[in-house]
Formats: sequence, C-alpha cells, structure tokens
Amino acid sequence: MDIELLSRLQFAGTVMFHYLFPPLTIGLGLVMVIIEGAWLRTGDVTWRHAARFWTRVFALNFALGVATGIVMEFEFGTNWAAYSRFVGDVFGSALAAEGIFAFFLESGFLAVLVFGWDRVGRKMHFFSTLMVFLGSCFSAVWIVVANSWQQTPAGYHIVERVVNGVTTYRAEVTDFWALVFNPSTLDRLTHTLIGAMILGGLFVCSVSAWYLLRGRHEQFARRCFSIGVVVAAVFSLAALVSGHEQASKVSHTQPAKLAAFEGHFVTGPADLYLCGRPDADAQTVRYGLAIPGGLSFLVHWDFDAPVTGLDAFKPEDRPPLVIPFQTYHLMVALGMMFIGVTWFTLPFLRSGRAFRMRWLLWIYVLMVLGGFAANQSGWVAAEVGRQPWIVYPSVQDGVAMRGLRTADALSETVTADQVGWSIAMFGLIYLLLFCVWIYVLNEKIRHGPDESEPQDEPGPEEGKKWDLLGAAAALAGRSRSLLGGEKGGV
Amino acid sequence: MISHDALSLIWFALLGVLLIGYTILDGFDLGVGILHPIARTDEDRRIMMNSIGPIWDGNEVWLVTFGGALFAAFPDAYATIFSGFYIAFMLLLLALICRAVSLEFRSKVTSRLWRGVWDTGFFASSFLAAFLFGVAGGNVMLGLPVDAEYVVHQSVFQQLSPYPLAVGGLTVLLFAMHGAIFLYLKTEGDLQQRVERWIWRAFGFFLIAYILITMFTLVAVPRATTNFKEHPWLWIVPVLNVLAIANIPRAMHLRRPGYAFLSSCATIAALALLLGVALFPNLVPSSIDPEHSLTVFNARSSEKTLKIMLTIAVIGMPCVLAYTTVIYWVFRGKVKLDHASY
Repeated sequence: MDIELLSRLQFAGTVMFHYLFPPLTIGLGLVMVIIEGAWLRTGDVTWRHAARFWTRVFALNFALGVATGIVMEFEFGTNWAAYSRFVGDVFGSALAAEGIFAFFLESGFLAVLVFGWDRVGRKMHFFSTLMVFLGSCFSAVWIVVANSWQQTPAGYHIVERVVNGVTTYRAEVTDFWALVFNPSTLDRLTHTLIGAMILGGLFVCSVSAWYLLRGRHEQFARRCFSIGVVVAAVFSLAALVSGHEQASKVSHTQPAKLAAFEGHFVTGPADLYLCGRPDADAQTVRYGLAIPGGLSFLVHWDFDAPVTGLDAFKPEDRPPLVIPFQTYHLMVALGMMFIGVTWFTLPFLRSGRAFRMRWLLWIYVLMVLGGFAANQSGWVAAEVGRQPWIVYPSVQDGVAMRGLRTADALSETVTADQVGWSIAMFGLIYLLLFCVWIYVLNEKIRHGPDESEPQDEPGPEEGKKWDLLGAAAALAGRSRSLLGGEKGGV
Repeated sequence: MISHDALSLIWFALLGVLLIGYTILDGFDLGVGILHPIARTDEDRRIMMNSIGPIWDGNEVWLVTFGGALFAAFPDAYATIFSGFYIAFMLLLLALICRAVSLEFRSKVTSRLWRGVWDTGFFASSFLAAFLFGVAGGNVMLGLPVDAEYVVHQSVFQQLSPYPLAVGGLTVLLFAMHGAIFLYLKTEGDLQQRVERWIWRAFGFFLIAYILITMFTLVAVPRATTNFKEHPWLWIVPVLNVLAIANIPRAMHLRRPGYAFLSSCATIAALALLLGVALFPNLVPSSIDPEHSLTVFNARSSEKTLKIMLTIAVIGMPCVLAYTTVIYWVFRGKVKLDHASY
C-alpha cells in the first residue's frame, strides 16, 4: 500500500480510538457536575455514592483519553511533517493554547476529583469537578478551532519562503480572532459538544438501566437514569437544530462535502436521501429512498432551489463518496433514534413507569453503542468529506489562497514500511487496551456504587455490604439514604 | 514593541522552561517507575505508584505543552525532529501509553498475574521513555544529517550510536536518583530506609556516568563549547551543575532530604540548560552542512504568531503555576493508601 493511504489509516485509526474517550468524559463530566451539585445542595448520601461511582468510571476513561491523545500531537510531526511546516504558524498556536488552557486545568483538578475525597471539603470537590468539566470543554474548543481552520481557513495569508534555494509555502496568521472564529468553528464546536453530552447521557442511562433490570442499586439507578434520559433528550434535540444549521453552512463553505454527504451529483434541485448506496460511476444513488427536493428545501427553504453538485468540481477535487455518504446518514439516523427513544421515555419518568418497562430499559442498555457510533461516524464524515484537501483552499479579502492536498502533506523522510510497522504496533496495543478497558469497565459496573464506603460522619448502619443483598439491599439503601439525607442536611 | 528576533529568543527560553519543567516533574515519575521492580511487596509497590498517582498526569502535560509550543514557535524544527525520529518517537508514544494504563489498571484487579504484567509494563515503559529522551537529546547534540530542505534521512540504527546511547543511560540513572529522592520524601518507616540505600546507589552510578559523559561530550561534540568561549559568564551553568550534584550527598548526610530533592531538581535544570547553551542558536544542528542547520531564526514562526503565543503564555502560565501549586499542596505529605488509591 502507498504511504499516503497508510498514513491516513494510521491517523484515522489512532484518532478514532482516542475519540472513544473524550466525548464520553465531557458528557460524563456534565452528569457528574449535576450529581455533585445535587449532593452539595441536599446532602443526600445517594448522591454522594453516585458521584463516587461515576468518578471512578470517569477516571478510567480519562486515563485512556490522555494516554491515546498524546499520539495525535506527535503524529502531526512524525507522519505529516510537510503539513506541519505548512500550518505550524496557525495550527500550532491553537494546539499550544489547548495545552496551556485546557490540559493543565483538567489534569490538575482531576487529581482532586479522583484522589481528593478525604483531603478536601465538599465545596472544593465540587469546584474541582466543575473545573475538570470546563477543562475538557476547553480542550474541545481549541482542537475544534484547529480542525475547523483546516476546513474553512480564515485570518491568514500564504507566504512564499525560499530556504536554501528551495521555494516553499506556508500559512501565516494575519488575524488571530478571525482564525479562531473561522466560518465553521462555532457550528462545529456546538455540534461536537452536543454529541459528547448525548453520549454521556446515554452512557449513564445504559449502566443505570442495567441495574434497574437486575434490581440492583434501585435508588441510585432511578436517579441516574432520569438524569441521563433528560440530558440525552435535551441534547439530542439540540443536535438536530445544530446539525441543520451546520449543513446549511457547509452548503456554502464546503459544497463538495455536502454533495458527497447527500450523494448529489448534478447541480440543481437536490433530493434528500434517507438511505441508499451512491455509485460514482453511474452518477446516481442506488437502492435509495428519497424525499424529492428535500435537500433543497432544508438548505434554501425551497424544494426547487439549486444545490451545488459534485459536477461543479474537477474530478481530482472531489471527495470520496461512499464513506461520507454512509457515515453521515448513519449519524443522522442514530440522532433521530435518540430523539425518538428519549422523548418517548420522558413522560414515563415522572410516574416511574419507565423504570419497569423492561423492553425499554434493554434498548437503553444497548443504545450507548449508538452514541459511540454517532460521534465516530460524524467525525469520519466531516474528515473524509474534507478530502482531497488537508487544508481547504479559500478566498481571503478577494485573494485566492492555495490549499494543501493531503497527498502533499506527508513526511518527506518517512517510508511506507515504517508506517506499516507502526500501524501494526499500535493496532496490537490498541486491541489489547480495548479488551482491558472493556474488562475493567465491566468489573467496575458489576461492582457498582460502593454503598458501604466510609462516610464523613459514619452512621450506625455504615460498613455493611448492602449491595450484595439484591432487592433487600435496594430497600435498605433507600431507608439509609433518608437517614443520610437528614444527617447531611445538618 | 518586541522585535521578531527578540521574540524568537524569548520562545527559545520559554521552550527551555517547559523542557526543564517537564524533566524535573516527569523525571521523578519516570524514576519511580524505573525503581518500581526493586520494591518487593505489593503494598510497597502500591505506595510507590500512589506517590505519583495524583500528579503524573499533570506532569506529562508539560511534555504535551512543550510539543505544542515547539510546533507553534518553530514549526520546521518540530517537523524535522519528529519525522526524523519516526521510529524512536513511535516507541516513545508506546512507552507513554503503556505507563499511563499500567498505573491506571494495575491495582484494579487483585490477581497476581494481572499485577505482575502491569508492574512489568510500568517499569519497562518508564525505563524506555527516560532512555529515549536521552537518546534524542544525545542525537540533537551530535547533530542530525539535515539536508537543504530541512529533511533528515537517517535510519533508527544510525541514531543508536555510542554517544546517544550513553546519554540515554545517563538520563535513566539521573531520573532513577531523582525518583528515589522523591520517594524518600513521600515514604516512611522501613520502606524509607530502603529507599535511602537506593538513593546512594543511584547517586554513585549517576556520578560515574556524569563524569564519563562529560568527557565523552568534549571529545565527540567539539561545537558544544563554542558558546562558552564567546561568553565566559556561561560557565556559571556547569559550575552550578557540579555544586548541585555535590549538594545531594551532603544534604542526605545532614538528613535534609528536601534540600537533596531541590539539588536534584537543580541538577536536571542545569543539564537542560547545558543542552540549550551547547546548541544555541541552533535547534537542530546539521551534520552535513552548518548552513542547513535549523536555528532559532530560520525555523521560527511569524512575528505575529510568536506575539500571540507570548500573550497566551503570559495569561496561561500563572494559572498553570497556581493550580499546580494547589494540587501539590493538597497532596503534600507521606503517601497513605485509601479507597481512592491506585
């Protein structure tokens, strides 16, 4: 295989594996802030147990996020040296800002969050949780800024440099804020964060639904399930709105990408495919189910308005078709499912009926996989849809700026053998990590919230293993939490 | 206004600060990992892991920020070094991943086999990371075959020549000593007494290696002393280095381990400074033609970017120092294992 494909595969593989964790930690962060806020306000020990349980789960995912995250920062230089030279002046500052503003904040306060239960007071602990959540959001901000700049570059100009008689080009900053708030930053950031919140909500739902099905940790599971459903419901609806906004923007900023998403070949009124299989040779979507003029309507509020098709671009400037089309449609379909299921559940939450609808709980146990898939496929669509460019060409103040093709962005000195070797190494290690992650996560979930762990003010009932007693434990846990609530309220 | 040249120098200095911050802070983390197999019992090993438990992650962020700052301030140097050391950096990534997950996973399951596997992983990855940092430093000191387009063509085996290997060994010993002194501060009783013996041994080996490699450097890298000839006041750096090293046994003998730790921090800082002084104004000296060397001036970003980055650093670094201090304060004192520990 050639080096370009191998390097792309390596980056895609490492970034996709990494991206299992950040959206989960961002979303879980929100849930933990809610739960610890509730504990701080009410002093109810069930909240405290819940906070500690999710913290343990969070820490595991966070550690994997950190471990796999540093890989990308290195890969820009190791595999994409020509890219690094081209964008360093612009892209590097966003990356450095991420380190200074986000990573230090996260990793510092994570220590208090995970190890500080007995060392700091409740308020400080809540504050740390908030800071970790904010830090993880900040890191999303800066990395999405950097990525959006690749998609819709702004605030820069191209400078020609002659080094030792060789002419090279690179992008240099002219306006920092224009760079940060480039045309796609806000839409993409909103959508990314919303996706993370949905995943966090669905993850909490999944674990809680499993406990409800097993009749374990009833009190804990009911509360967490409710929070998870509300979070997922609110944000999945928000995702629909932000996704629509974003697609309308993409029709202006990256029309080739939208055309690939929707399998739209010829400029003119565009149909909205619900599913199908795009065929580039025949210039058509096979086995498709479409709303005639639907895409035109969504973009222009007019069923007959023309939408730019792939024919407007030279063949070498067109993105691949199948992957963007299918991943984009998968993301949209999953999003619709989240909206349907969560909003269906909401009315049954208050009455408590939802906790007894076993078929629904089973859907929630499994739906978290859809949450992961939606986050992953959204990014795959966005990044593959950006091809063949690694940095899009643009027009700044009426001047055309050259882009950078992915094929021209590789390291000059690295060979296909080396990349192949390192893919094999990462593949093996990541496979191992994935298995261990699932194993440990499963152990933690099976162990459940530690309802016997020592308290600030140990009561007479502390120290007994409630969680081993199944249904009886749930009952006892309820009465004990009432007791704890009174104590905590003092 | 600050000129472009001045900004470049400031960024060279700030990268030095980040590098020193990283090597001091993660140096003891890696050192603890290198010493890990010497501890025999499970409890001792847990105490060692938990001595760095809450902080290793924040310490590694210094490396991430160093990488980001190098990328932003000197993109060509970043691209040349990272692609030139492809295999070495892939191994380094492997080591850093392996260390993180070994710490995270080890104590989650009680099986002896499980813990044995992660213990090995923790040691091997800490050792490998420290060693590779040294090898990279040694290679940069020697100079890389940088061509006219700033590209390095060199196989990983050529990068494993005697001098870089020796510097790699020195780094391992330095971090082991540093980690041992850190552990002395964080432990008590029987374990602490054993740790003291480790300090003396690590110090002995480090001292011998330090002397040998200083001589090796003078022979192998004649360019290293150029700046000292032109600016004699720079001799203060090696003098401080020697004083700091000499103060370690003195402070340990006087039962003042805090000073010993500060001295070992100063030793690391001085060695990093020596690297900077020996290189300046080069970032990556070319062994083919000095004209092709990447310097502070030809590898830098635009004036605008360096200025923006400086603003970011001025706003961000005080925050970083503030919460780093808070975290170290919260987790001060001897390690006590509790239910939240690794």
